[in-house]
Parts: sequence; C-alpha cells; structure tokens
Amino acid sequence: MKKHLIGRPVPRKEGRAKVTGQARYVDDLVFPGMLYGATVRSRVPRGRIKGISFGEGIPWHEFTIVTAKDIPGENYVALIAHDQPYLADGAVNHSEEPVVLLAHPEKYLLEEARRAVQLEIEALRPTFTIEDSLNKKEIIWGEDNLFKSYSVEKGNVDEVWARADFIVEGEYRTGAQEQLYIETNGMIAVAIPEKGVTVWGSMQCPYYVHKALMALFGLPADKVRVIQSETGGGFGGKEEYPSMIAGHAALLAWKSGKPVKIIYDRAEDMAATTKRHPSRTRHRTAVSKDGKLLGMEIDFVIDGGAYTTLSPVVLSRGTIHAPGPYFCPNVRIRSRAVATNAPPHGAFRGFGAPQSIFALERHLNRVARAIGLTPEEFRRRNFIQPGQTTATGQVIRENVNMNHLLERALVLSDYHAKTARFARENSGQRRKKGMGFASFMHGAGFTGSGEQYLASVVELEATPQGRVRVLAASTEIGQGTNTIFSQIAADALGLDYDSIEILKPDTASVPNSGPTVASRTCMVVGKLVEAAALGLQQTLVGSGYLPEGYTPAGFERACKRYIESHGPLKSSSQYQPPPGIHWDDATYYGDAYGTYAWAVYVAEVTVDTVTFEIEVNDFVAVQEVGKVIHPVLAAGQIEGGVAQAIGYALYENVVWNEGRMFNSQMTNYIMPTAVDVPPIRVFFEELPYSYGPAGAKGLGELPMDGAAPAIVNAIENATGVSIHHIPVMPESLMEALAVTEKAVERA
Amino acid sequence: MPDRVNKAEITCTVNGETLSLKAYPMARLLDVLRQELRLTGTKEGCGEGECGACSVWIDGEIANSCLVPVLQVAGSEIKTIEGIATGEQLHAVQEAFISCGGAQCGICTPGMVMAAVNLLERTPHPSETEIRMGLAGNLCRCTGYMKIFEAVVRACQATGVKA
Ligand code: FES
Ligand code: FES
Repeated sequence: MKKHLIGRPVPRKEGRAKVTGQARYVDDLVFPGMLYGATVRSRVPRGRIKGISFGEGIPWHEFTIVTAKDIPGENYVALIAHDQPYLADGAVNHSEEPVVLLAHPEKYLLEEARRAVQLEIEALRPTFTIEDSLNKKEIIWGEDNLFKSYSVEKGNVDEVWARADFIVEGEYRTGAQEQLYIETNGMIAVAIPEKGVTVWGSMQCPYYVHKALMALFGLPADKVRVIQSETGGGFGGKEEYPSMIAGHAALLAWKSGKPVKIIYDRAEDMAATTKRHPSRTRHRTAVSKDGKLLGMEIDFVIDGGAYTTLSPVVLSRGTIHAPGPYFCPNVRIRSRAVATNAPPHGAFRGFGAPQSIFALERHLNRVARAIGLTPEEFRRRNFIQPGQTTATGQVIRENVNMNHLLERALVLSDYHAKTARFARENSGQRRKKGMGFASFMHGAGFTGSGEQYLASVVELEATPQGRVRVLAASTEIGQGTNTIFSQIAADALGLDYDSIEILKPDTASVPNSGPTVASRTCMVVGKLVEAAALGLQQTLVGSGYLPEGYTPAGFERACKRYIESHGPLKSSSQYQPPPGIHWDDATYYGDAYGTYAWAVYVAEVTVDTVTFEIEVNDFVAVQEVGKVIHPVLAAGQIEGGVAQAIGYALYENVVWNEGRMFNSQMTNYIMPTAVDVPPIRVFFEELPYSYGPAGAKGLGELPMDGAAPAIVNAIENATGVSIHHIPVMPESLMEALAVTEKAVERA
Repeated sequence: MPDRVNKAEITCTVNGETLSLKAYPMARLLDVLRQELRLTGTKEGCGEGECGACSVWIDGEIANSCLVPVLQVAGSEIKTIEGIATGEQLHAVQEAFISCGGAQCGICTPGMVMAAVNLLERTPHPSETEIRMGLAGNLCRCTGYMKIFEAVVRACQATGVKA
C-alpha cells in the first residue's frame, strides 16, 4: 500500500476547468423561462415604513412583486438570533435593508422598475458610532444596544497596578473591510409550493442556507435543497449573506412559479453585504522592570451593524485572541459587540482576531519602548511556553516555540542588519525605510464547544470500479478543499489521486459536515475524511476481500466483490473532540481551541514623507501549522491572506456616509494589485498535530492576523510616528507626521 | 431603451469562427459573449473596467469586454478564454497556472490567462516588472499574485513546448 500524496503539490482537482473557463459559476447557469430578481432597499438608516408606491411608466403587471406579507413562513434569516428580517416589515434599521423584491425577464427593465419603487419612510435618529451606541444615545437594538458581551478573568488584575514598574495604556482602531471576492454574491431558485425549494449559488455553507430556507418557507428538511455552484471566493463574505439572497430568489420564484436568478452587481454587493467589523480596543498593561507582563486589562468593542448575524462568534474569537501568544498571570478582558445603523457586519477571514491582534501587536511595541527594550526582546521575555496557561486557562500542551519562529523570521528578513542600516541612512531622507514584525497565533476550528455542537459528519462511498467518492458539505471556494480531501482519502486508502471523486456539495446528497469557515476544513473535516477512509478499508478487510499490502487493482476487486454480495459500500465518520478538551461557556474558561497555528511576520516598508505613500518592499511569513498537506496550496493561502492584510493595513478604506458605504466601487475602494504586492516569502514549520489528518492544523485565516500590525510597526520604525488605527491612508500619515514634527519642535 | 432601438447585425470573428449576430448596438460585448454566444468563460467582476475578469482580445489587444459596446467590434477578431487551448491541449500558460497554483477560486483566472498569454505574445521573456505591469489590470483576491507571477515565468520557460 503506497502513501505518497500528502505533502506533495498534486494538481488542483478542478484546475483544468478553471484555467479553460469551463468551471460553472452561478451566473453561468441559465434555466428556461428564468426571471431576474432585484432588491429595493430602504435608503434610510433608521425609520418606519409608511407606504410603498409604484411609480408611473412601468408595466407593473409584468412584474413579480414580493413584500414581507408574501412570506410563507418566518420573516427572519435563521442564524444565531432571529432579529434580521428577510424583508423589512414596519421598521428599517439600516439603509441597505431589503423592503421589496422584483422579478422580470428583462434585466434593463428591472433596473428601471427598481428605481421607480418609492418607499415612504419616517426617519428616526440613527446611531453610527461605537461610542454613540455604548452611550445609549438612542436605544436601537434590544434594551442596551449590546448584541453580546464576554468577560474573561485570569488571576487578579486589580492588585497588579500597585506593584507594577510600568503601566502603559493605549487605544487602537480598525476600519471595516470588504471581502471583495471577485465573483459577487448570486443565487438561482426554483420554488414550487407543492414540491419545495431548490437553490443553486455561490456560498460557503450549504447547510446554513438550508436551515434559513426551511424557516422562511416553513418547509421540512427534505423539501429544501441547496446546491453549491463553483464559488469565486468567499473569505467569510459568503458565510451568512447567501442565506439572504437565496431566500429572496426563492420568494420571487415561489410567487412567480418561474426560476429566478439574483446576481448582485459590484456596487450592491459592496454596499449591502457584510464587511469586517470595525473595532476599538483599549489596553492597560502592567509590566515589571525586567520586562515581564504582570497584568493586562483589555477592553474590546466591535461594531456589529444593525442585526446580530455572527457578531457574538466574531466577538468571541476576537476576545480569545486579544492577549496573543504571550503568558500573563493576570488578565481581564471585557468585550462587547454593539449595534449601529450600518448594514450588518459579518464574517471575514480572521473573524475578530485581526482586529484584536492589530491592537495588541501595536500596543506591545509601545510597551517595549516605554520600558526600554527592543520589540523583539520584550516579546522573547513573554512568549507563552508549553505548560503555561492562556487567558482562558488553557494549558498549552503542544511543543510551541515562538522564540524559534521569531529568530527564524528575523534572520530570513535580515531584520537586524536592515534596521541598523535604515536607522543610519534614513535621517535627512525623504523616503524612509523601516522594519516591523508581529507575533501571533490563530485557533483552528470552532471556538470552545462549537465543534461538539456541530457534530460534523463525512461519508465515503466506494463504487464497484474501486473509485471512492467523498460526500461532505465542505465547499471548494478556492482554498483547495477538493484537492486536499482527495490527497487525504487517497493516502489513507493507498489509492491514486484520480481514483478519488469529491461530490459537489448538495444538501440532497451530502451529510452536514459543518460550515466552511474557521480554518476547520482541513483539520476538522479532513480528519473525518481520513477516519471514514480508514473505516471503509476496515470494512473491506473485515469482510475478507481486501488482503494486506493490497494494490489499487486489489482494492477495486474487493469493492466489486463486496458490493455484489453486500450492497452499497459506505463509511461515515462523525466528529469526536480530542481527549482532555474542556470548555465552559458560562465562565468562558477552558480549552478555547483544540490547537493553534503560530506565526511571526516581518514587513519592510518605505514611507515617502512628501507624498505620504507607503510601499511594502518585502514580506516574510514564518508559521507553524502542523503537517502541510499541499505545499503550493498552503503557501497560496498565506500569500493571498497577506495580500488581503496589506490592503487592510494600507488601502482598503470604507468611507461611510450616513451609514451607507460611499465608495462601493472597485474604482474608489482600492485593493492590492499586481504592482502593489511585495515579494511574499512563506516558510513553514511543521509540528504534526495528533488530531489533524496526517498531523495537519488549520491555516486559512492565520495570514490575515499579523500583516497589518507588522506593517504599521514598520511605519513607526521608519518614521518614528506612532499610528494607532488602520487603514493608514496618506491623509492619516500626513496628520501623524505633522503632530510628531510639532512635538519635536516644542521639545 | 433597447425595445425602442433596433437590433443591429454585427459580423465579427470569435475564436476563429466568423459569426453574424443580432444585438443592440450598445450591448456590452461581455453580455453578448456570455448570453448570446454562451461563452461564459469570460467573467464579470465589476462591470466598470477595474478588475479585468472580463478580459478578451480584440484584434490582438487585451480589452475589458464590459466596457466595449458590441457595435465597436464589427469586423474585428475576438479571442476569449475558450479559444486559448488547442483542442485538449492546454496552452503553456494554462498548464503553468495549474502546476504553480495560479488559480484558486478561478474567477479571475480566465481574464488573468488572457492577459498573461497576451503579455507573452508581445514580450516572450518579460522581466518581473513587465509581468507585474502586464497583469496590473487584472485583480485577484485569492492568490496575492505570487503564484501567478511564477506561472508566467514557468510558461515562458516552457515556450519551446508551447501549443
Ligand atoms: S468586469 Fe470588466 S473590468 Fe471588471
Ligand atoms: S483566484 Fe480567486 S480571484 Fe484570483
């Protein structure tokens, strides 16, 4: 039996279809008699709907028109809370809130009609900022504008301040960020009242859509079918919002009796769908004179927008990651997700962690400076060691060595020589260069008992030809699900790569293996693929058909004989938590994640002090992610994540105007292009994790966490200017430089 | 509006085949390719000339088909992603995109391949800067571009076996 695929760069399973243009995305699908759907949105951030009228000059009788009163089941998008309506009924809480749906066979007429629908809305006073929401200027959600709050307590932080040699405080902010997958959100629905509802579309989580449609139509599980079409990027942006569009398309299909396609154009996608939560973090840190962390008090707040969506979970991850990969005996974290009248913020790669890690890694540079240590020496003295506990009391059992990762990253980036050289050469130069780094970790899989609740299942099925099909709801969204599942299944069974088929996620045929989020697909679901493969093998061995040391041909014979005498050959596997994992949701205490990926990222930047342009010239990403299943795909994940994080740090500025995204176009919301990215140099350390497939951990979100603070630390190193928010736009750099110059003049 | 404007008859060559099609003169080439000709390999990412997902060649020049009224291509030669491979034989750039990991979600890939092949036809051995400039009009949100640059380099190394 050969094992040879894991660790090798086999060709992407669906690569050929993608490079030839044959891969079918939702907008490539056409159904006979299909209508197009459009959404009429409130345009008022908060108010009461008084009336809906349909303007002159439009043949309204040709249109299918849906409002809240047409909804057959529940008018909410089923997720965590049931507060977000599919269609506003009475109240509107953000300016992109859907109110009326229209369908028509002609797209151009649809657009005219959308503009001819007039909503009469009595405006109420909106809330747009974290501060206004916290101060309860208006109560816009629940009793106190709070979707969720957590508190984490370790040791006794109240008594450290008196004995601390240094106390350092700081406040940090991060802006919203658009996922900007190049394929916008879209769905096609067929809905026939007697038969049920079927949707095809771009998505990460077929079973989220399934659950939402069941509630919306009041249908049982077997009357709702959700099929993923090829998906042109997700990054979290297709975790929850597809439930909304799928519901809208299905409502129009239900009423019209025809298939309905809704594809958002770029402006609508950017403005109306979820973005990364803006955040504010306050740190108060007590340190001894030998540079040891004594106490950390962290206040972390995220802006959830108008409805709950995933904010409680985003907040949870941000909270747990807020103290970073450091050991501190006394920690208090208080965190809150607040409501504002912006479109709901949601999942985006990193899921709360990029926000709190930005704050921490900027703050620790400030602390290091205050106590007179270099950023690297201060971190060295405080990195968490095996056997020590995190803020939630989790004992680190893996053999993490952050010091080693730091050393390697500093050597690979030539950090010491370059910082010394830049310090010498910068003075008097218009273009100043600097180096910065960030150290961080990212928990893989759902937080706490999340995976236990999900109880994911994967099935494998063998054909008489000895081919093996993987049945899982995990979606291929570019990250490589199809390829790594094939590698894992093939190696577990000793088969060739090509004898594994991955079934397209379709809720009518695949079991619920949970959502494709949280860096869980490889580590958690991949492990189930491995276990189900071993189960299949055991069945064949147990039946006496499969000899020891079999060949692929022997496997085929065994499948054939088994199926002839016993019927279908299937194996399934369900998630079991690794032994010794404990989590208490009530006290927020215990093993927050089964394991973590650990990393140190280094950025080299050039800052032009006249034009205020910032360039990233080199980027080194060193990480420990367990066994690397596919070196090319893994490096591709890191490079893509770093590029997104460069955008987060420097370019991607969501401009708000009365709760609406003002720059909802690729022309004025700028993401990194081929000329903006530095060489991104990726290095892996591999410490196999016993509970991942072949020792793998999760890595998809990790690269989003560390690049922004590394870059802003490098800007500080280049200019001496300390910036506490991202994105760092030229105007904010200009301001910060001006403030520093004034301070220097005064001194 | 289109129902008050007559469709025009437009003759052009698409992937080597001469076609005569009826379309509204101001219809976007992108829509005509995708909807009338069912050549759905050409993608729409922004509809405003920013992302390059809709890249095709018009008379050998790379163009954003979302910005081109179909009337403008009367008499022209158009090439789309469907015309890049020779039968089953992939173009060296397509092969390199697969082996280097240049395609992740794949939505930018047809446009990226069109831009990359076009670049190599004009500049068979581009420098790194030329590669970056040649692909600057094509946005990719997945890869961070590194593997795409690698693919272009590998494709020029393989030029000898180019289809
Ligand atoms: S769709 Fe044409 S450039 Fe984006
Ligand atoms: S591969 Fe997804 S946008 Fe380029």
